[in-house]
Amino acid sequence: MALTLSSPARRRLRTLGFLSPWLIGFSVFFAYPLIATVYFSFMHYNQIQKPDFVGLRNWKYVFEQMPLFGPALWNTLWLVVVMVALRVVFGLSLGLLITKIKTGAGFFRTAFYLPYLAPPVAATVAFVFLLNPSTGPVNEILAHVGITGPNWFNDAAWAKPSLVLLSLWGIGDLMVIFMAALLDVPREQYEAAELDGAGAWSKFRYVTWPSITPIVMFAVVTGVVQTMQYYTQALVAGKIASGVSIGPGSVIQPGYPDHSTLTVPQLVYSMGFQNFNTGAACVLSLVLFAIAMAVTMLLMRKRSGLLAAED
Amino acid sequence: MPRWRIPLRAPVALAAAGLLLSGCANPSVGSADDDPTKPVTLKFWHGWSAPGEVKAINDSIARFEKLHPNIRVESTGNVTDATINQALRAGGGEAPDVVTSFTTNNVGQYCDSGMWADLDPFMRKSGLDKTKVFPKTLLDYTSYDGDQCALPLLADAYGMYYNKDAFDEAGISRPPRTMSELEADAKKLTKRAGGGSYKRVGFMPNFRLYQNSPDRLFAQWGPTYFDAKGDSRLAKDPATSKFFDTAHKLVEAQGGYNALERFRTSFGDEMSTQNAFMNGKLAMHLDGEWRGLMLNEAKVGFDWGVAPLPVPDDQAGTYGRGYLTGTVAGIAHSSRHQNAAWELVKYLTADTDQVVSFANAIHNVPSTFAALKSPKLDADPTFRTFLDIAQNKYSQVMPPSTNGGMYITSLQDFSYSVEAGKVHDLEKGLRELDRQIDADTLQSKS
Repeated sequence: MALTLSSPARRRLRTLGFLSPWLIGFSVFFAYPLIATVYFSFMHYNQIQKPDFVGLRNWKYVFEQMPLFGPALWNTLWLVVVMVALRVVFGLSLGLLITKIKTGAGFFRTAFYLPYLAPPVAATVAFVFLLNPSTGPVNEILAHVGITGPNWFNDAAWAKPSLVLLSLWGIGDLMVIFMAALLDVPREQYEAAELDGAGAWSKFRYVTWPSITPIVMFAVVTGVVQTMQYYTQALVAGKIASGVSIGPGSVIQPGYPDHSTLTVPQLVYSMGFQNFNTGAACVLSLVLFAIAMAVTMLLMRKRSGLLAAED
Repeated sequence: MPRWRIPLRAPVALAAAGLLLSGCANPSVGSADDDPTKPVTLKFWHGWSAPGEVKAINDSIARFEKLHPNIRVESTGNVTDATINQALRAGGGEAPDVVTSFTTNNVGQYCDSGMWADLDPFMRKSGLDKTKVFPKTLLDYTSYDGDQCALPLLADAYGMYYNKDAFDEAGISRPPRTMSELEADAKKLTKRAGGGSYKRVGFMPNFRLYQNSPDRLFAQWGPTYFDAKGDSRLAKDPATSKFFDTAHKLVEAQGGYNALERFRTSFGDEMSTQNAFMNGKLAMHLDGEWRGLMLNEAKVGFDWGVAPLPVPDDQAGTYGRGYLTGTVAGIAHSSRHQNAAWELVKYLTADTDQVVSFANAIHNVPSTFAALKSPKLDADPTFRTFLDIAQNKYSQVMPPSTNGGMYITSLQDFSYSVEAGKVHDLEKGLRELDRQIDADTLQSKS
């Protein structure tokens, strides 16, 4: 006997069919990992033996007994605030500059975009070499003009700014996005503003900025999420600058110098896949997730933030 | 317009099922039911990567296969502990049967988690009395809480290499034996260059230099890391503050931490010919027995010698001691050919001719009583110095811990802060370090 379905049931099934790719992706890559992370945050689990329920022990360990959690959180938030802000300002400034250039624009666009294509590890290694306090060419040049260069990646006070410098060097992605947004601003609006006697600042404030606000918000939100996951460059820079030998039996200790480049994702990896303290790694991941969600929600609280002025 | 109501039960059920599976799923469990005389292919993961070392281990495997024609060994080199850890936890058909680690730091973790199989039942089956084959110190660092999950596959002893030409130039007749002699000699051997830099440093104690991990120099004081209950006792052991005090004096005698650290960051790769001792930038240097082979191969432009590291002045009678570690071998818990795997582990670790040949080939310290006494052992006097250090009754190994080398990492972190002058109250800092180590240990226990 053929199964007959009522019209609403058929409609629901059809809808479910269309939505199933997303539902499967959401379940497998978001819902399940999130639920599993919450679950393991209450377990003692070394990825070999069966998990044991330990209540809030992992949470207490992270918040009360893990001395590296504070520095890692501070560094991550520092990078989120400073690196994201500077990248947006620098990317926008470069975009404005590039759109104004009349001759050789193609060359400059390529020149500024190219560093973004460099693999992060290779770029970081090159930066550490360039900024080596003893043998690097940057400090040698500075010495020629009578300036004693800092210790860059070897100084706790300079390590994070050096990473910011590295991220500004690879600004190509934001430059292209801002350039596209700036070229999309209707020319008539600038002409109307000029007829009203607007100067450069007024044109930027009242014409350019309202039009590119959604792109700026996009850059900030994606920048925050990416920086919350900041891992590779900090790890490579710390490892290379420390000069510590890593043999087959040794473990890379992130954060050199003095934990100044230690980020929460690095701590998650160390806890989860070097110490196999899965519970603590899950707690750290949840903290990171909560902060990323809170910041994103704060930035997107006003829906208009992602809409251009005329929308 | 109709309002869509999307059933949420499906994704929730999927997630719950996945979660349930994750809770039940454990990496594959191996067995020791195999017949080691039947044809089998074993996967062997090791850490050797230098061409000479890879040739030596491959030659060893070839000898083993000749003795056991039914066993084929597929070896993979340059494998780190991190890779082994992750592969064995993930399980799967491609996971190794026989594994090695270049450090003894993780043995406690391997044994306590059950990741490496207990070897005692295999030894009993084979009639191998481990106490008659392996020195006790080496058995201690390959077991945890009575579980012998690994066996020593050659040992490493740490001593001091010194530049004889630099010694002659400075008028020093013999290598220092006490820490105060080391400080005086290091000062004499240090040559400054312009701009606050150096031409040569006498003895660089900075803990991030190559093999200078603090636990290695600290071994000269013979510290006790844990009490009978397993609690950390670094603050209670007077050796700890004496060790940091000596390291600080050495740093100050040679220009201070910042200048030395700046010089250190200009050094080349440790395992290349750009090594700072091989380049003449260091006159005395803490290193393992393998460095001698590298110095010979590189034909360095100076005469060099080897001696035990100096000891504290108040422990002059212990001169000759050193820090010991080594490569360890074991059987993966997930191996389904554990009896065949045992044949390989037994051959590599306990066969006298094999141990001697391999030790001679890669310039490591043999790890069995018989091999240590073998007349076939390399007679090179510099190598013999390390054999003496390895057999010195005061030489020290790191105690195994359930969370592997985590306490050593904590000690390293603390030592970096101390040498940089960032710990203003050492006693208080050491008490906090003890609390931290105990908290980490507790957290690793179920």
